[in-house]
Amino acid sequence: MGIPSLAAMLIAAMIAVAVLGSGENAIFMPGLLEGLWLTLRITVAGAVLAVVMALVAALAKLYGPKPVRWLAIAYIEFFRGTSALVQLFWLFFVLPDFGILMEPFTVAVVTLGLNVGAYGAEVVRGAIQGVTRGQWEATTALNMTRVQALRRIILPQALVAMIPPWGNLLIDLLKTTALVSTITMSDLTFKARTLNDATLKTIQIFTLAFLMYLIVSLAITIGMRYLDRMAVRGMVRGRGGA
Amino acid sequence: MIWDWNYTLAILPDLARAAIVTVEATFISFFFAAILGLALAILRMRGGVVGWVTSALIETIRSTPLLIQIFFIFFVLPRYGVALDAFTAGIIALSLHYGCYCSEVYRAGIEAVPRGQWEACIALNVSGWNTFKNIVLPQAIPPIVPVLGNYLVALFKDTPLLSAIAVLELVQTAKILGSENFRYTEPMTVVGVTFLILSLISSAGIRWVEKRLNRRSLR
Amino acid sequence: MNANLEPMVKFESVTKRYGPLTVLDDLNLEIRRGEKVAIIGPSGSGKTTVLRMLMTLERIDGGVIWVDGEPLTHVQRGSGMAPADPKHLRRVRAKIGMVFQHFNLFPHMNALANCIEAPVTVLGMKKREAEERAAELLDMVGLADKKGHYPAQLSGGQQQRVAIARALAMRPKVMLFDEVTSALDPELCGEVLQVIRKLGSEHDLTMLMVTHQMGFAKEFADRVCFFYRGKICEQGEPQQLFSAPQNERTRQFLRAVMDAV
Repeated sequence: MGIPSLAAMLIAAMIAVAVLGSGENAIFMPGLLEGLWLTLRITVAGAVLAVVMALVAALAKLYGPKPVRWLAIAYIEFFRGTSALVQLFWLFFVLPDFGILMEPFTVAVVTLGLNVGAYGAEVVRGAIQGVTRGQWEATTALNMTRVQALRRIILPQALVAMIPPWGNLLIDLLKTTALVSTITMSDLTFKARTLNDATLKTIQIFTLAFLMYLIVSLAITIGMRYLDRMAVRGMVRGRGGA
Repeated sequence: MIWDWNYTLAILPDLARAAIVTVEATFISFFFAAILGLALAILRMRGGVVGWVTSALIETIRSTPLLIQIFFIFFVLPRYGVALDAFTAGIIALSLHYGCYCSEVYRAGIEAVPRGQWEACIALNVSGWNTFKNIVLPQAIPPIVPVLGNYLVALFKDTPLLSAIAVLELVQTAKILGSENFRYTEPMTVVGVTFLILSLISSAGIRWVEKRLNRRSLR
Repeated sequence: MNANLEPMVKFESVTKRYGPLTVLDDLNLEIRRGEKVAIIGPSGSGKTTVLRMLMTLERIDGGVIWVDGEPLTHVQRGSGMAPADPKHLRRVRAKIGMVFQHFNLFPHMNALANCIEAPVTVLGMKKREAEERAAELLDMVGLADKKGHYPAQLSGGQQQRVAIARALAMRPKVMLFDEVTSALDPELCGEVLQVIRKLGSEHDLTMLMVTHQMGFAKEFADRVCFFYRGKICEQGEPQQLFSAPQNERTRQFLRAVMDAV
């Protein structure tokens, strides 16, 4: 969908929330917005961890010495191969048995960050490997070291190429935050459920929660599209030749 | 903190029963998702208002949490007189959610078929629908089978979300066993390992299918 | 005076294999200081591999390459050769520069930035000094007014000229040109060849070029080497090789190339 269509949807959703959330439904809004705030905090913190893990794991997998490479591969395969909810439950229910006690917020951020980071590592790796070989050869011809080539020439181009897939991953992260409601964290989904249990105004509450997720999601998508547009300015992606 | 093998063996039958539920949920949902995906892809290609509305619908479902959609179907639909048991509600939610993902995959596959195929059919006076059914679709499907396979695995890994509406799949059963016996470690770990092994096997299987498909087409 | 007698580049019994295929077979080739050598031949004859091995983009399977009196990928140890350590490799490689068929400019940097990147990062040059030198070089290749342009905003011929300036910024002693006009539209070749001509007459560079531009090779090169199946089939002064080739294969190749014009 083009940016105008997405923007139209975003505005429509915001109007719907304003309309639905007024009058007799207005009492739900503070609770839901509180939940939304927690959702956003987990999303942002998780995103930071995910990006860091993705970069580290991808570089380790591509250029690290053997043991480091194996560690990176194990991390990636494990977190991609298991369900996010299972990871969340395991860290929440099982770790205390090992004597490791963490605040629910930390459990949430760590689980989501590691999970999305594993998917992100493959995105980063794909983007680095997608930079044309000719760029590497030019750096050899100019007698640059591998590190200099990576830092100055390859990674900048890879970073531009990975913006669209990262947009999708951030949306996935947002969607996965809903799972923390199952470990009793007061995120948007949890608030919706408790408000529903209390008032049984099911349709209004869940519709409002649904729309709020949609709004954040669309905002992220539009934001990433703009980021992508700016990054490509003047530059043909990843190639310096015919 | 030592692993209790007796406990593990004792809970295996319950977990095995739960695994069947998980597998059922996975395959039934994916079946419907695959069909729905194709229908949505066709609707979307129509263009005009129908196309735009379908696009918006797909975008909406892909952009919001599956969990909320599950709650919606389980809690909201009864308000309109449609009462569903948890398993059915879960299937519907999974089918809808992954149907939207699959529709994007079908769309990519259909758009990858060269324009020339459509043009040749126009020149031969073949109807639009027949062109699509007999010429384009058969060429569109094989390359995207591995991608659909990946979504099958993703769906499988999302079945634990049904635990939120108390469907007795693997994770819900592990939670119950854990709380009944005050020990979560063994059931949760067994479930986690089960998912890991099954998903690694499926991924390897998909890669094998992909290789075989690539060998057959001369692309 | 002694230095002038030693070849600038020497291939000594160099062999390169890709699996069962021998691309270069026991190659012996000497290039004098300041000499301009054109390498021609059919595809698969190994001519591009010669350049790529000299630029250390490919590994050697046998033999030694000498640059300016030193082995490139080896070090002398006692009476034999051992593989070179990275430091030695980089030191010797610094004397060689290369221009590629597909330019390989850095797309996220403008023309000036492309030319100062390596001098600043590798040679540790001060940015101001590197920019002055880069501006001079871009002026020399006729692109003084395009300093701030990005590769995507330049034509193929302009991009290739920037690539030449970029390579020159590292002050190499040997310049390699790998089919540098093959990816250009015909009307853009002239501007690039003009720059190469200028380089040849104004600088003391040793130049090695793989090319299909027979006319240019005939008028510009000091020596032409015809490669066939991994070996030098015939070599000599362009006047002699082009008008009176001695080897049948050379004759066949030249005939086929001229027919295509």
